[in-house]
Amino acid sequence: MTELLLRFLIGGSVVTSFAALGSSLKPRRFAGLFGAAPSVALATLSMTIVKNGRQYAGVESRSMIAGAIAFFLYASCVCWILLRFKFSTLVVTASAMTVWFGVALGLWFVVLK
Amino acid sequence: MKVRFDTEDLQQTKWYEYCLRFFFGGTVTALTGVIARKFGPGIGGLFLAFPAIFPAAASLMEKEQKEKKAKAGLDGSVRGREVAANDAAGTAMGTVGLMVFAILVWLLIDRYPAWIVLLGSTVAWFVAAASTWYAQLKLR
Repeated sequence: MTELLLRFLIGGSVVTSFAALGSSLKPRRFAGLFGAAPSVALATLSMTIVKNGRQYAGVESRSMIAGAIAFFLYASCVCWILLRFKFSTLVVTASAMTVWFGVALGLWFVVLK
Repeated sequence: MKVRFDTEDLQQTKWYEYCLRFFFGGTVTALTGVIARKFGPGIGGLFLAFPAIFPAAASLMEKEQKEKKAKAGLDGSVRGREVAANDAAGTAMGTVGLMVFAILVWLLIDRYPAWIVLLGSTVAWFVAAASTWYAQLKLR
């Protein structure tokens, strides 16, 4: 429970810090880079290295590559749909999560398993 | 198009928007640990690149634009979606940096001190992401 709480607090702090940094930059498209900042990764990997060691963190990082590819396709889909259709941003970003899950799990199953 | 610091958006950000980001970021970090414990680091690691805060952040951006236009008596739906799409495009470029980060950590974490690898990989994230942004600017 303590570990979970620590993860929550550290993760939340790192994510908020990167988001604040991104908010203070212009133009907006450049600020958008911070939407894919390795904030969750930094918080998680730091704690993982302390608890489980560097090899464990290495395995997580290898899978993170697949997650990042999925994230790229997810964000690209969201951009494409928002520019062409009249759906709300929340509907598009939530629905497109299926893209992330499909690609991430598919890549893990086919390439990394 | 010059990159610059502009704290106007930062100052206009409402407290609950920070709370939302803190909550989603903290939840995903905690959940990643739970998932890794249950299914192994192979599956857990996928969620290190999960777009946790993106839906909330993009939706808030759209809402802000709509409210801005509504104050001027205009319909901000189209502009709101354009702003969110622009942010999504920037995020897509940022994921190129995220891939570089992940590859470097994977290859180097066993060989060098952890803090150097994580710091160096974060710098590499920024360089790769900013380079991708600059390249698309030149190609447009």
